[in-house]
Amino acid sequence: MFAAPTLNLWVITPLIILTVWAIILMFIDLFIPAGKKQWTGWLTLVGLIPALALTLMQWGQTGGAFIAEGGQPMVVVDNFATFLNTLYLLTGILAVFISVSYIRDAGLERGEYYFLMLFSIVGMMLMGMANDLILIFLALELLSIPLYILSGFDTGSDTSEESALKYFLLGAFSSAFFLFGIALTYGATGTTSLPVILDTISLDDPLALAALGMLLVGFAFKVGAVPFHMWTPDVYEGAPTSVVAFMSIGAKVAGFAALMRVLGQGFPMWGELWQPAIVVISALTMIVGNFAAVRQQNIKRMLAYSGIANAGYILIGVAASATDPEAISASLYYMLAYLFTNIGAFAVVIAVEKLDGQKGLLVEDYKGLAKRHLLLSLALAYFMFSLVGIPLTGGFTAKFYVFGAGVTAGLYWLVVIGAITSVVSAFYYLRPVLYAFMYEGPAVARVSRGLMFVLVVAVFATLVFGIFPGPWYELASQATFGNVATFVAGG
Amino acid sequence: MVVTVGWYVALSVALFTVGALGVLLRRNALIIFMSIELMLNSANLLLVAFAREYGDLNGQILVFFVLTVAAAEVAVGLALVVVIFRRRKSINIDDMRLMKG
Repeated sequence: MFAAPTLNLWVITPLIILTVWAIILMFIDLFIPAGKKQWTGWLTLVGLIPALALTLMQWGQTGGAFIAEGGQPMVVVDNFATFLNTLYLLTGILAVFISVSYIRDAGLERGEYYFLMLFSIVGMMLMGMANDLILIFLALELLSIPLYILSGFDTGSDTSEESALKYFLLGAFSSAFFLFGIALTYGATGTTSLPVILDTISLDDPLALAALGMLLVGFAFKVGAVPFHMWTPDVYEGAPTSVVAFMSIGAKVAGFAALMRVLGQGFPMWGELWQPAIVVISALTMIVGNFAAVRQQNIKRMLAYSGIANAGYILIGVAASATDPEAISASLYYMLAYLFTNIGAFAVVIAVEKLDGQKGLLVEDYKGLAKRHLLLSLALAYFMFSLVGIPLTGGFTAKFYVFGAGVTAGLYWLVVIGAITSVVSAFYYLRPVLYAFMYEGPAVARVSRGLMFVLVVAVFATLVFGIFPGPWYELASQATFGNVATFVAGG
Repeated sequence: MVVTVGWYVALSVALFTVGALGVLLRRNALIIFMSIELMLNSANLLLVAFAREYGDLNGQILVFFVLTVAAAEVAVGLALVVVIFRRRKSINIDDMRLMKG
């Protein structure tokens, strides 16, 4: 009755490797005695590194998997997906190096941590590769549910549990909006496949309009954009810092990946309709994120608002892509530079954090850090400069390209807001640096070898993006959506 | 009277609204969670109604996926609620204000 679908499993080999390895690791973990769980952590790399290698080999290839007879594929791989998959895998690898010493010292050493992280990465990768709303919903849940558990991983801590419950309730709430948006899209078009939606949707259908609105609400929640950002500060403050470092990049980039693909491949002809919405969200996100960060005393909360503000900057590129699809590459480059800067900043936070009772997380706790840990303080200063957007850092070139994309698309006042809020952001980003260098104080830090590795990689990458952005931007500009015809035919 | 797909849309929008209001207005974490389930199921109703309208199986298959995902969410969510209730003897979300700023 039904013809067998074309599988094309090569498209999802990195995902297969990660999933299978996560399941095998669950069994291996049973035989690793308590106290030696760092081995589970290092074994995670056995899955992540081959997956990264295979993903890099997929660069330049386009194809789709699970194609029903005469239909569209469920999963696709194109340069856009490959570029983002590389980001998630790099984040995952760096997060393992951060986590191993952190969760041991925090007394959270349990093997579940690592394979939950692997499953979450699979979800993130699927977000960018999904070509069908059904799959985007499943990917969203596959990425979120492990993160709910990881946020509450510190079961002895009230704040960790509280952050997990808040994250869970608001995450599920936003998924419901997203699902309702999918149902309305299905009602308006009779399909959930993005390329078919593009062909069948009609501009004057109120159902389709409501559907687009609901989908936007769901995505805005996931990327932490104003006015759906309320969960971010509480979750970031309460969750274990290594988890925050991982999800502040991975979950956000994954949200953007699906947002870009849905807007760019499902609803591109509605550009003049969704562009104003994205512009308003972007402006509000930059303003609220930066101004709320100014009065934060806790550095994790400050970085949470900083993450909100950065979502606003990334959205400039998304808004610009309504009229100029090439603008997406500015946002992709921004996420690449942000990945290294942000994970570096979190590595410094982890080094200074004292694990007995949530101490060392206030900005004041950085007083006098430079006296004892000059290199760490210099790294902190460099990451903060990069987040502000001072030249010779990855953050500067990223903002430069995003603002450039905004100007090209004629979104002048949005770029002006971006520039002004960047100046405001110097206030709060430079405060810990100021405390570290100018004040006397008892601040101490412990830098494990894993953290050292992450810090060196992050400083080096931020420097490279700051001085030689050209080739990397070139890569980002090649990370375009594949042509729908080549998904089916392969090419 | 013929029950057209419009009726189903109206019903599921009403259910979705009830669920969303429940999330925003109620303070008990369990009730909030039930409201979220109501929202998910209103979307399921819409999917099934449209699947019938179009004579297309995809919508019904999506409902099965949603049910499975909802079950996974229940497992995680109830575990969190139980852990928190054991320690605090309360799952009122107004009591959860250790963090602010």
